[in-house]
Amino acid sequence: MTELITFLNSLLTSPGLSGHEGPIRELIEPAWRPVTDEISISRLGSLHGLKKGSAPEPRPTILIAAHMDAIGLMVTSIADGFLRVTEVGGLDARVLPGQLVTVHGRQDLPGVIVQPPAHLLPEGARKGPVPLNNLLVDTGLRPQRVKNLVRTGDLISFAQEPIQLQADTLAGHSLDNRASVAALTLCLDELQKRNHAWDVWAVATAQEEETLGGARTSAFQLRPQLAVAVDVTWGKSTGTPDHKTFPLGKGPTLGLGPNIHPGLHSSFKEVADNLEIPYAIEVMPRHSGTDAYSLQVAAEGIPTMVVSIPLRYMHTPVEVVALKDIRRTAHLLSEFIAHLDSDYMEKLTLEEQT
Amino acid sequence: MSTDSTKINNQPKIGATQIRLLKQLCNACAVSGDEGEVRTIVLEEVRAHADDVQVDALGNVLVTKVGRSSSRKKRLRVMLAAHMDEVGFMITSDEGNGIFRFETVGGLDVRQLVGKPVWIGHDHIPGVIGAKPIHLTTANERKRTIEIDSLRIDIGIEANPKVKIGDRATFATAFARMGPSIRAKALDDRFGVTTLIELIKHAPENIDLLAAFTVQEEVGLRGAQVAAHAFNPDLGIALDSTPAYDLPSWERDHETEENANYNTHLDSGPAIYLADSATLADPRLVRHLVEAAETAKIPFQFRQPGGGGTDAGAIHRARAGVPSVSVSTPSRYLHTAAGIARLSDWKNTFALLYIALSTLTSNVLSSER
Repeated sequence: MTELITFLNSLLTSPGLSGHEGPIRELIEPAWRPVTDEISISRLGSLHGLKKGSAPEPRPTILIAAHMDAIGLMVTSIADGFLRVTEVGGLDARVLPGQLVTVHGRQDLPGVIVQPPAHLLPEGARKGPVPLNNLLVDTGLRPQRVKNLVRTGDLISFAQEPIQLQADTLAGHSLDNRASVAALTLCLDELQKRNHAWDVWAVATAQEEETLGGARTSAFQLRPQLAVAVDVTWGKSTGTPDHKTFPLGKGPTLGLGPNIHPGLHSSFKEVADNLEIPYAIEVMPRHSGTDAYSLQVAAEGIPTMVVSIPLRYMHTPVEVVALKDIRRTAHLLSEFIAHLDSDYMEKLTLEEQT
Repeated sequence: MSTDSTKINNQPKIGATQIRLLKQLCNACAVSGDEGEVRTIVLEEVRAHADDVQVDALGNVLVTKVGRSSSRKKRLRVMLAAHMDEVGFMITSDEGNGIFRFETVGGLDVRQLVGKPVWIGHDHIPGVIGAKPIHLTTANERKRTIEIDSLRIDIGIEANPKVKIGDRATFATAFARMGPSIRAKALDDRFGVTTLIELIKHAPENIDLLAAFTVQEEVGLRGAQVAAHAFNPDLGIALDSTPAYDLPSWERDHETEENANYNTHLDSGPAIYLADSATLADPRLVRHLVEAAETAKIPFQFRQPGGGGTDAGAIHRARAGVPSVSVSTPSRYLHTAAGIARLSDWKNTFALLYIALSTLTSNVLSSER
């Protein structure tokens, strides 16, 4: 049984940038091993955990995916002992000055992202936000030592420790999407106590923040009948548009749009309604910005759903999530899975049930 | 210069105990006007070593350590000032559900605030200053600074009775070591505060040491002004921290040319002031500091003349005038969440001050300025 806050804290203090998910995968695997029947790792580095269902073989399969990769930085060059950097994943350079980081050089080095004073910046970068390519990382080490320990291409993770806030909310970096990894893990825990007909492939996907490559290849390899991407969505906060954001602590969102199978969407709504799990409908008119975008078009196509956990200040080192939304998401997933019977696919239509 | 060489060789140093004290002081929160947390630590540290301790009307801690050698008349009354306050935030409005508006206190670049954790109030309640997700911004928007009106402190979706309007907040950066460096908030001026505590504990006997742990330096050198009036010293030295802009420059006339506006460099020792916006340093005191450093072979640097100011700006104009100078430990990224400084520079700052004070006689001021 995974204790949510302890598990999340460990996930949030571990690196695992897109394309380099090894360290985070090694933390998820031991949590999944006792609650799955088979564990494997895909060619691109996604973690697969199979939990067998009770229906006679061949059993239908549902894939639940949460990306485990994190955004961060990469060293592009070294200047007088300072590091110049580029981004891994989408970063707003305005949140970077003064952030604590870990430089994964020949050894892990603490660092700080620094904004040089205006008079040391090129004309054009002296006013307003300093662009990423003019920011530096300072390790506090002298230039020769930096030269020995750091190379172009070394990864840099955010080092902000998780912070427990009021009302069971948690702040930290990489809650996008490790909050969902935790939800998947709690879901597997719950399924231990539930009868479920279908096989469940839990997948911690690689590279979502850059290419969505992990989800696409795992879906191809595992060929599920249904797929669910679990991700975070924009939490309501000061200055965000009301119609695109969702309150924290009021349950997950159920995606609706071209990446999502309308019938599958209706089934999730029905389960949530029956169990009185609070949720909001999240309209995703184009790219859902989640693994669902590639899950849906894997192989000959897969009916796909998106369930999201509201999260404030996405892609900053102080993302905020409400733990009860993670628990509700886990519960909704496990209830949905338990509710799948062997002829679900025959009943599934493209019509949204109202 | 008459120097007791034995004492110099056995002189006190910055070691593990002093670093622990610096850590404790940096992790304390004392935004200008609310210096109580640092004041408590200072009082605890100095009481046993002082001849007199006063807390004045503004909250300055005024410590007197009377000299022992030579006659009272011959001893110089030397005021040393280090400010207890730091830049930070003040909560101005409660918008409900754990969301608060705030203002900055002291010279803070609003671009340094976004995406930072903070500690609020005397209980250090955690909060964060968030930002709109990049996905909901436009490319044009990202070229504009996020102004303070758009920023909030968020303590998590519920109120907490311990967080209210008027509370101060600081960056929530814990002190850490980085190889030869120190990383912390508020090195400006916990370096000075720690140095001054150590100087009281190891006070040279040739002077009357008048130590002022001042308030409100960051909002106008206000504590130092009244402290200098109260002490009425013969001379004053402000102990502070000054920026090191020793970063690579994007624009160099030639590839080999160094960044010429560095203010100070790390690894170059204590920074002796010549001129800033607030003070023209007394050349006799500058000369004395340089001689002390050269004799004892302590590395030092001149802070490049320019803007900025220290408590010396208020001290030198107190009463009929007080010959004054400043000595700072250089630090990078002052007034941000995480400053970086070299331990060796701090050690050398302390060593220089100790020797300069130990060799200070009334001769230093016997010539006209």
